[in-house]
Amino acid sequence: MPHKGNITIIRPSGGKVRLHLDEIWRYRDLIYILVMRNVKIRYKQTIVGIAGAIISPLFSMIIFTVFFGKLAKLPSDNVPYAIFVFSGLLYWNYFSTALLNVNQSFLADANIIQKVYFPRLVLPLSTSITPLVDFGIALIILCGLMVFYHFSPSFMGFLLLPVFLLIAFLTATGIGLVSASLNVRFRDVTYALSFFLQLLLYLTPIIYPVSIIPKQYQWLLFLNPMAGVVMTSRDSLLHTAPINWLFLFTSLVISLVLFLLGIIYFRRAEKSFADVL
Amino acid sequence: MSKITIKVENLGKKYYLGTQEHSFSIKDSFGNFFKKKGPKKPFWALKNINFEVKEGEVLGIIGANGAGKSTILKILSQITSPTLGKATINGRISSLLEVGTGFHPELTGRENIYLNGAVLGMKKAEIKRKFDEIVDFAGIGKFLDTPVKRYSSGMYVRLAFAVAANLEPEILIIDEVLAVGDLQFQKKCLGKMQDVSKGGRTVLFVSHNLGAVSSLCDRSLYLHQGKIEFIGETEKCILKYINKNKAHSGKVFWENIQSAPGSSNVKLRYVKIISAGKVTNNVFINKDITIEVGYWNLKPGAKLFCSIHLKNDLGTYILATGNLPSANLAQDEWFNKPMPKGFYKSTCVIPANFLNNAQYSLDVGIANLKNEFEFNLKDLVSFQVIDSGEMRKEYMGDWIGVIRPKFSWETKKINNQS
Repeated sequence: MPHKGNITIIRPSGGKVRLHLDEIWRYRDLIYILVMRNVKIRYKQTIVGIAGAIISPLFSMIIFTVFFGKLAKLPSDNVPYAIFVFSGLLYWNYFSTALLNVNQSFLADANIIQKVYFPRLVLPLSTSITPLVDFGIALIILCGLMVFYHFSPSFMGFLLLPVFLLIAFLTATGIGLVSASLNVRFRDVTYALSFFLQLLLYLTPIIYPVSIIPKQYQWLLFLNPMAGVVMTSRDSLLHTAPINWLFLFTSLVISLVLFLLGIIYFRRAEKSFADVL
Repeated sequence: MSKITIKVENLGKKYYLGTQEHSFSIKDSFGNFFKKKGPKKPFWALKNINFEVKEGEVLGIIGANGAGKSTILKILSQITSPTLGKATINGRISSLLEVGTGFHPELTGRENIYLNGAVLGMKKAEIKRKFDEIVDFAGIGKFLDTPVKRYSSGMYVRLAFAVAANLEPEILIIDEVLAVGDLQFQKKCLGKMQDVSKGGRTVLFVSHNLGAVSSLCDRSLYLHQGKIEFIGETEKCILKYINKNKAHSGKVFWENIQSAPGSSNVKLRYVKIISAGKVTNNVFINKDITIEVGYWNLKPGAKLFCSIHLKNDLGTYILATGNLPSANLAQDEWFNKPMPKGFYKSTCVIPANFLNNAQYSLDVGIANLKNEFEFNLKDLVSFQVIDSGEMRKEYMGDWIGVIRPKFSWETKKINNQS
């Protein structure tokens, strides 16, 4: 809705799709408060909160280490397999939680959407920021693992952390916005999405190193921004290989494109939300 | 001349009523894609709406259920967009279509004040500044750090309204918030709203509470079936509304299927109260009362039955009845028979000398044989049972009770013992 000074003009929907990112900025307080709400609700139920933030990543790390590291003896570029797989799971867990959260964001707050106006984009944005808290906890666990294994990480890995997170955030929000918009109309999108996530987990070099993929096929990984995040974050943190800057840059560009596509798709769909929900 | 804050020009909102229900899965949608589609029927929830509201004015909006009141508010609050026309709003707008929007039961009162305030468009600093005032107004001081799920419903509503009342928009849109809370709190809310309008702010107020509308609003708008029936002085407006309603009592009637209430399978056409051969809302206690329900069946082969709930003016249910064979004194030829598409009429006779003299209203529903309601519409028609004086020959006082049937009485002399 165009705002000129304090004048709002309401017209039939349709026509050009505008991004209105300035409006989102004006509602930043709401984003902040919604993030706080999500975090509080999650950690108010202490057991569920702790299970989600500590036990579940630790468990998947242990299972992967036993089965893929010890039994299948997957290579891990001379890093203890536990650290190797956990460093990958760190970003992956953030990504998948954020994506699933965004996917549910409109349905979860349907009652607000039907009663109050605010830029709808606020809801998915705040839900994809929320799992950063879990990310922080997982990061502490990773540091603990490094102490346990007497492993000294490289400083570069921490320095580039915001860039990795940004790529994961943009990718999760972009894909999430498309599925969330579809989800309002078709409730079975969620099943398709969890299948997609499972597939993507194996297409991302988390349990295996990139080095086991034949050189001539490695470019295929460039299409998956999460592969870029996992690979370069590992290389920079565990100094397994020199940082592939081109790969990192490509991932950033692709994630930005996904984010914008997500917003544009969502802008087209949002007009009928209140009528369909 | 004062500034015009809301200007609505030729506003219209169209909904499509398909014959199929909206499906929520991709699978079904693909299935439906290949099926022959029933024609989508447009239905105008609002049409040709034009009005202006000046700065500092309180405009009431009244009308029956489904007249389009909520749709207007939803469009002006930008929750849904119009199909036609344009609305210009000059000023910061806040709408309260519900109190406590976004309240989360697990969070404390304090946290919910911030959450609700932010959802309604307040900045964090603004909420902080008004925090004490909000807590004061709600009167929940002690319970500020208790999760709201432990609040009584009264406390919950008070807190919710307190946040909303401390918004400082230039234009405030309010829907039915006064339907909640105790009498004392309602008075407090009305007072607060009067203050808001005296402060030069514009208020749009939708309510069924005609008393509240007449005490708050200088001008009102009466909506009838999506169109403006009258706009002007509140008193005149309310009179028009009441008069129109009176004419409709004893009967409700929908001319076409599009606007008729019901489900996608069955639509209600009319409900009539007939006594002594006339459609009326005043029936004598010594006359039979015939309730006629007319409905369209849109699903060939449906097995349906009609249900009526009768309640008195205190809202107590007196009886439930339906054309189920085991509850039927007569025969119903369509019970448990697949009904072809078409228009049907079910009638039920409440015998004379059964109800007491009081005001009664009817809920009318159509259900399938799995006992699932296709629809059940509350308080559709009301009627007054009038004492004919037939039972007033010996006893002139009140006949207490919700019903007043005649029973058989006999007194016999047994013997001479004393």
